[in-house]
Amino acid sequence: MRLREIPITAWIGIIGILLAFGCAIFAPLLAPYGEREIVGDVWLAADAHFLLGTDNLGRDLLSRLIYGARTTLFVALAASVLSFSIGIFLSFTAAVSRGIIDQGLSRFNDLMMSIPTLIFALVVLAVLPQNLWILIAVMAVLDSTRVYRLGRAVALDVAVMEFVEAAKLRGEGKMWIIFREILPNTLSPLLAEFGLRFAFSILFLSTLSFLGLGIQPPAADWGGMVKDNKDGIIFGISAALIPGGAIATLAICVNMVVDWLLKRTSSLKGGRGDG
Amino acid sequence: MANMLSVRNLRIGATVYPPGEAPKDIEIVHGVSFDLERGKVLGLIGESGAGKSTIGLSALAYGRGGVRITGGEVLLDGEDLLKADKKGIRQIRGARVCYVAQSAAAAFNPAHKLGDQVIEATLEHGLMTREEARARALYLFNILGLPDPDNFGDRYPHQVSGGQLQRAMTAMALCSNPELIVFDEPTTALDVTTQIDVLAAIKNAIEETDTAALYITHDLAVVAQISDDIMVLRNGETVEYGPVQQIIEAPQEDYTKALISVRQTKQREARDQSQALLSVNNVSASYGNGFKVLHDISLHVPRGQTLAVVGESGSGKSTLARVITGLLPPTDGSITFADEDLPAQHKKRTRDQMRRIQLIYQMADTAMNPRQTVGQIIGRSLTFYFGLRGRKKKERVQELLDEIEMGSGFYDRYPAELSGGQKQRVAIARALAAEPELILCDEPTSALDPLVAEGILDLLMRLQAETKVSYLFITHDIAIVRAIADSVAVMLQGRLVDFGPRSSVLSPPFDDYTDLLLKSVPEMELGWLEKVLATRRMESAGN
Repeated sequence: MRLREIPITAWIGIIGILLAFGCAIFAPLLAPYGEREIVGDVWLAADAHFLLGTDNLGRDLLSRLIYGARTTLFVALAASVLSFSIGIFLSFTAAVSRGIIDQGLSRFNDLMMSIPTLIFALVVLAVLPQNLWILIAVMAVLDSTRVYRLGRAVALDVAVMEFVEAAKLRGEGKMWIIFREILPNTLSPLLAEFGLRFAFSILFLSTLSFLGLGIQPPAADWGGMVKDNKDGIIFGISAALIPGGAIATLAICVNMVVDWLLKRTSSLKGGRGDG
Repeated sequence: MANMLSVRNLRIGATVYPPGEAPKDIEIVHGVSFDLERGKVLGLIGESGAGKSTIGLSALAYGRGGVRITGGEVLLDGEDLLKADKKGIRQIRGARVCYVAQSAAAAFNPAHKLGDQVIEATLEHGLMTREEARARALYLFNILGLPDPDNFGDRYPHQVSGGQLQRAMTAMALCSNPELIVFDEPTTALDVTTQIDVLAAIKNAIEETDTAALYITHDLAVVAQISDDIMVLRNGETVEYGPVQQIIEAPQEDYTKALISVRQTKQREARDQSQALLSVNNVSASYGNGFKVLHDISLHVPRGQTLAVVGESGSGKSTLARVITGLLPPTDGSITFADEDLPAQHKKRTRDQMRRIQLIYQMADTAMNPRQTVGQIIGRSLTFYFGLRGRKKKERVQELLDEIEMGSGFYDRYPAELSGGQKQRVAIARALAAEPELILCDEPTSALDPLVAEGILDLLMRLQAETKVSYLFITHDIAIVRAIADSVAVMLQGRLVDFGPRSSVLSPPFDDYTDLLLKSVPEMELGWLEKVLATRRMESAGN
């Protein structure tokens, strides 16, 4: 893999993502002020002290944006990884087993999908204690229904190939067939979906925070910051747009990288040339 | 008489995209020249990748995706097609030069009636009125020997057989009364018994309409029946070019000689029947929808010997293999292997029972995981069945690679980096790694070029001599049966028509169907087609 082969769009995406992760990891070093520190007047315009101005309580917007990257990225990433693990495992099991296991899992999945995601999340989160891990788990379970759908479709496609049949005739177990025969041949569509789902997770977390059920104040998170500052828009103050812009930029960056990965994996040595 | 088509020093290039490297241009046809007179047929013959289809399509000034004509001249009645503009080319394609594709089933639109599709191009070019075109189509259906020609045009593609579709496509090409038709392997996808009818129909139609034709195929015996001249191609270059008689009877080049001798495969001495290793007892099977595909089949595979199962597509021969492997449990009957009853479902069999029966597929491409290296593919059986790991496993894989004449350099290669024949060899090594007693071979050579296929057959025979493995060899090719089988089973529409030692099945008195099958295999002999057709006519007159 030579660096110069990476297209410019992928570079932009990579730099964007690295920047966001850099902010998340080194937040205490980078942020000029504390996350919860009230440092000035309400909704100050950007100046030399406050590079992006201040928020509805007079906290430095830049500092909160940097700290917010931590929670936002961590929760979204954890939720995506978890939802993919659940979704892929269950969907591949269904595709390989067929019969009653497939029917049971697929109909249960349909049932889950028939309940509007947001309402489901609101109800569950309102009942359960407010806790970061529960938030991640709820997001992951809800998202995994979408992953299941895609996973089952692509796995069924591969599961009928003769090399899978050959593995079955060798006497291989389900786990080998799922992880060694099918998974490597479905990576391209799944990677693409991962990029999308990661971006959706950021947006979903933001939505939940906006509604007051996500990250709890005073901890900073990009969605919550939009909510905190939304009233400013009425007065012509753009503070809400800055975290909003950050969410949009990160989502685009992730997708640019995924697009490139998609092209790369489908042209991999030994790939099936699809994608 | 003046040449109607003259191809001069044709060069064709393509851009390839090797993984991990910059795209590069390669030349796939290196300066090929030939001439074709009106009413004559030129056969283009060669292995896959020889450039024969590419050359054929250049007569329509067409290059398939990524392919472009880089030099030379294609003169149709003295006019260079390569210099014509798009509009000029459009007026020639489908009107003066027509194309018949290999897979007629994929070339017809399933949503329209055959009659409308046959005359479509002719009407599009405004060459005839609708009535004239219909009359012409009817005439063509007649000379192509299609059943019920008056109503044939009212049928949809799915309502007629593969052989009829191929003839309908020939009618479509002939409809506009073209000067030249390019036939691209028109009978390759057909069964031998169907192929003979289509060949006769095409030959008759070409003679009747006085059209010139380029006939592309990889089967020298087929092209010998239909061509006036033959051009043998290899790797985009002309190997030999001359009248059919000279090529068949006095070939000059070694490559041509090899192609011809492949067809006359040496017969192996059939051995005396040994004791049965696998017995299939009164087996019937049906698919989930209740459609019965196997009716009361009983046969056995002798130990250390080869049973060939012959039949046309749809005869149930591959289904029989699926039943034996346990992928499709039979509805009736039982299977005994080495004097033990085999459980009907593969899931219920022990690992050792699975090890002892291995399967080689027709398409090695799909039978191997494209994301695993050759070493992983072969090595997995070693780990799985014998618990070999690390260096021991690697050594054994190397041994197996030597065994299939491929050498250790292939250990880290992916299937996509291998040729068709190499892939099939790896598939054989994978089966061999399990040290089986029986290998089911499901048409392992039918997707390969004749010379490569011969190599695979030789390998299989050598391995049998060394390891005493038995084969159940599924094929539609009688020549292969003659070359390798000790006993033969002939299948037709899910039933066993004939079963016994090769000497008794392949010598008179024949079963009727076996006789038809034997007589339909093209022979490397001029005038073979006429002879067979004449015999048929006599027989039908006698009845």
